[in-house]
Amino acid sequence: MTTLTAEQIDDISKRHPEVFAGSQRKRLTAWLVGAGIAAYLVFAWWFFAVGSVLAGGNWGIAGVYLADWVSYEIRPEIEFDGDRLEISYPRFSSYRADRQPDWIRIEPVEREEPGAKAPAKRAIINIGGANTIDVTPGQVVVTRGAETLVVDVIQGKSAIARTALPTWATQRSAGDKITVDFGFTGSAQIDADDVNIRHRFFGWENFVFDGHSPFWGKPAGEVFWLIVSGPRLQPEMSNAALAWNNIWNNSEWQHGDVWTKLLQTIVMAFVGTVFASLLAFPLAFAAARNITPNRFTNQLFKRFFDFLRSVDMLIWALFFTRAFGPGPLAGISAIFFTDTGTFGKLYSEALENIDDKQREGIRSVGAAPALVQRYGVVPQVLPVFLSQSLYFWESNTRSATIIGAVGAGGIGLKLWEAMRTNSDWENVAYMVLLILVVVFIFDNISNALRQRLIGRTVID
Amino acid sequence: MKMAMSTTITSPTLSEAGLAVERHWRELATRRRLYTLGGLLFMIVAMSGSLWFANESNAGKFWDRLPHLFDFIDQMIPRDGWEVWRALFDLPSPYADGSLKYDYPEGRMYITSTLYVPEYVYKMLETINIALVSTLIGFGFGFVLCFLAASNIVTQRWLRFFVRRFLEILRAFPEIVIAGFFLAILSIGPIPAIIAVSIHTVGALGKMFFEVVENADMRPDEGLRAAGGNWVERVWFGIVPQVMPNFLSYALLRLEINVRASTIIGAVGGGGIGEVLRLSISRTHEAKTLAIILLLLLTIIGVDQFSAWLRKKLVGQQAFAFGRGD
Repeated sequence: MTTLTAEQIDDISKRHPEVFAGSQRKRLTAWLVGAGIAAYLVFAWWFFAVGSVLAGGNWGIAGVYLADWVSYEIRPEIEFDGDRLEISYPRFSSYRADRQPDWIRIEPVEREEPGAKAPAKRAIINIGGANTIDVTPGQVVVTRGAETLVVDVIQGKSAIARTALPTWATQRSAGDKITVDFGFTGSAQIDADDVNIRHRFFGWENFVFDGHSPFWGKPAGEVFWLIVSGPRLQPEMSNAALAWNNIWNNSEWQHGDVWTKLLQTIVMAFVGTVFASLLAFPLAFAAARNITPNRFTNQLFKRFFDFLRSVDMLIWALFFTRAFGPGPLAGISAIFFTDTGTFGKLYSEALENIDDKQREGIRSVGAAPALVQRYGVVPQVLPVFLSQSLYFWESNTRSATIIGAVGAGGIGLKLWEAMRTNSDWENVAYMVLLILVVVFIFDNISNALRQRLIGRTVID
Repeated sequence: MKMAMSTTITSPTLSEAGLAVERHWRELATRRRLYTLGGLLFMIVAMSGSLWFANESNAGKFWDRLPHLFDFIDQMIPRDGWEVWRALFDLPSPYADGSLKYDYPEGRMYITSTLYVPEYVYKMLETINIALVSTLIGFGFGFVLCFLAASNIVTQRWLRFFVRRFLEILRAFPEIVIAGFFLAILSIGPIPAIIAVSIHTVGALGKMFFEVVENADMRPDEGLRAAGGNWVERVWFGIVPQVMPNFLSYALLRLEINVRASTIIGAVGGGGIGEVLRLSISRTHEAKTLAIILLLLLTIIGVDQFSAWLRKKLVGQQAFAFGRGD
């Protein structure tokens, strides 16, 4: 065997450049396609006005929304009232005048029971680490790390800082409210009438028990002890039943409702897929060229499948929501209609690709036509059919979430409602987590079953 | 020999080993039947339970609503057949009474003073563009990420692991949440839809791409490695040319899916045809609804046909077992 030296190779490539350069047309096409895509993206940028939309976006709030996924704020409000302070919380907060968090230290006013608002002479709020806000009537002292800001408040008139404002404090105009920022852990607004504090904590607030529950705020060990052997907190039911009831009906997280809706979504995907498979099974035999040797019937069924598939799941969902009212029935019907089309197409294609020898064998021993299908065709295609249905079962679980949002029931609608309020992002995170877990589990079940059905070589 | 000679037919006797095989076969058959029966029973219980639950938690009950199932067809019959065309092409209607129902010419998008694009055609174009842009973005990122997830290209286990999990999360994350989040920030419009569909497409295409790459012929790669090619050169000249047709064909399949997906996202505030369709159905504007459905049907069939034709040109008769693959 002759071996070429580097010079010889260079020489060959110099003598026959066309062999090594590739065809001119091909290279030109590649460049043209690239330029075309670039031009199209520029067009799309203009068409959707991407620049101005992105610039007009409320990006400041995006950080807050994202933080809301995994954290929560507690917002005490301290009002100045003459020579004392009134501490209160928003209506749905789990803290009340008689239930203060441990990071607020209050010097109470003598001989006075707290009403809706807790009266105090002085309140010291600790916003994580060395950051504190010390509120007394007429004066607010904010400490952030080593720096201190003293604000004199003339009630109902103005808030004036004694020294120049540090970088973490802002004020629009002299005497106006002063905003102090502590980063992630919180912020405070010092106004002439009140101090609004936002203290942010990592985690999900009241995930197990909400503020109305007698178990609220108790450490896990105590709750466990109460459930196992404690005295009844409410005479009409046992502590275990009470705890379960409180968790299920948690007003902030709505575990009961969320899990019911999640089950609806799962049911929508499951029932829809099963029904679609059952109906598509006989129809596919009519649509397959080699099973039903009638061109007209084949075409009729195939176009019918195309129609069901092409009228999108969205349209079916919108119609069935009108027919059945919002709920899983609409979702089931939408998935059923769309997937009958999809399965019909896939099944009939699988039928057209079968091995004809088995069928001939069965026919040659004189079996009736139905038996030919049963023993000559079905054993070949059933694993493929089942595996395709399983595949779509998993993917329909995802679709069911989306069509739920247009009214077809299930967790999609709940998710959408939670997002629309723009304040329940932690609930969105909770539901997304549940959906991800369900999809993950179904994905694995479906993959495992498919591998058992058609061996290691999963078609996809 | 003796058996064959006798005139009476007796059942064939089996040897000891044969009997054992027979017994085993019967055992297997019984077990199989039991499994089938058990599976069927399970399915029946699960189905009836599911149906009961679905019916219970639905706003309207199945048997009560069944007679009204085709009510929506009533709401879809326009006053005359031409209304559909007038709605589709934004021509003035003879029934115009100033209401939203018959204000077809209002939606015209004028290009010049006389030439206009009908509203729904414009919205449909918007939806198609959302799908197209998302597919392109998804293709770009999926293309880069897939090589990092393929076990025959990347030897670092941890990198592969992270890229795969990342793609999985992108794929499984509900599109509607991404859309909802960006709708809250960017306000209503097509850009949240583009972002949502793109993110999902990156995950879905990335997964299919790396499976293609893993099945690639490694001989060109070996050749390049022997000649001293670095990682990028090996991928670009050894792998990309052989996987490109499959990549493109998967991307086309994705385009079909994305047209549908962007319609749905549109219906929840992402702009495009989905939004007008939802509005029109909820306001019972028969002619408009029919016009939109007709347009949507034609577009989806058109895109499907175009993509099927192009895919056939790209990869020949190679079958795509699953229509959606997400």
